Amino acid sequence: MSIDQPPQIEKVESQPVQDSLFCIGGFEFRSRMILGTGRYDSFEAMRDSFAHAEAECVTIAVRRDKQHDSDSRNILDFISPELVLLPNTAGCYDAETAVRCARMGREILRQLENPGERWVKLEVLGDSRTLLPDPIETLKATELLVKDGFDVLCYTSDDPIVARRLKDAGATSVMPAGSPIGSGLGIANENNLRLILEDLKRGDPEFPVIVDAGLGTASDAAQAMELGFDAVLLNTAVARAACPSTMAEAMKLGVLAGRRAFLAGRIPKSRFGSASSPDVGVISSRST
Amino acid sequence: MNITLNGNPATMENDLTVSGLVSKMGFKGRAIAVEINGELVPREQFDRLLADGDQVEVVTLVGGG
Repeated sequence: MSIDQPPQIEKVESQPVQDSLFCIGGFEFRSRMILGTGRYDSFEAMRDSFAHAEAECVTIAVRRDKQHDSDSRNILDFISPELVLLPNTAGCYDAETAVRCARMGREILRQLENPGERWVKLEVLGDSRTLLPDPIETLKATELLVKDGFDVLCYTSDDPIVARRLKDAGATSVMPAGSPIGSGLGIANENNLRLILEDLKRGDPEFPVIVDAGLGTASDAAQAMELGFDAVLLNTAVARAACPSTMAEAMKLGVLAGRRAFLAGRIPKSRFGSASSPDVGVISSRST
Repeated sequence: MNITLNGNPATMENDLTVSGLVSKMGFKGRAIAVEINGELVPREQFDRLLADGDQVEVVTLVGGG
């Protein structure tokens, strides 16, 4: 080939594995990242982050407070109507309050005619310092909400037995924490998360399992996806980054990279080296 | 009439409906949910009269994860 001619790209025989849509609670998303709506410096920063993340679903809280910022602006005016809202019960500390909160969230979404009215991110906390979930109250609330017709996405600890009990109670998805909410510690107990995945997906590979909380940066999101989680849910890592929209994009890429690596099937780990070049024909008389 | 509104004691005129209260709070036309004594009040029932001693919650959506 002449050096003046551009190299011809050979026909690619092997195509990368095509990913499926992320199916959860009757919705189908291309995006595998659910973002929270809290802790941004401004509604504009939040809106821009959602755009850079290419988010399709965002979670939102229910409060007594007015839904306006200091300029009397409404957060809903900064959330594209195309986004599916996932109301949450953040800040509830007992099953009864969480159920009331979920019902009020459903009523608000019904008025907004947002398709998210039928589901809820259940969060029942047990401790205000660590913000770790209360597994007993979470299970109670799950049972009540499932009976009331909700699709329940359960935020929970990384305990595999609790995760199983929540699925058995009819949860639509189980969402173990990587580490405490807002901590940025990433995945604190990878072994437990693997156990949860294996257990909940055994004989039911489509059951959605999500890492919710604790992720700090893009490699944390990639790690979760490489393990085989269906999606990640995060808020603080983007909202409190020095540049939220850039972190939103980084998270999107981290999720994509991790998901592609999971689909590709990684090599097993070995304690020893394994040469990529042939070990015969080496121009050396060295025997070992 | 004395009610508890979002956890605080509040004195309201008699014959106040839920929608009257919502307007008073500046929430008219906004996405809100109302609960009285622990029970959700659907928007279709906002002509309901409040009663003395009612525990009323009026909530909206806010940013949060």
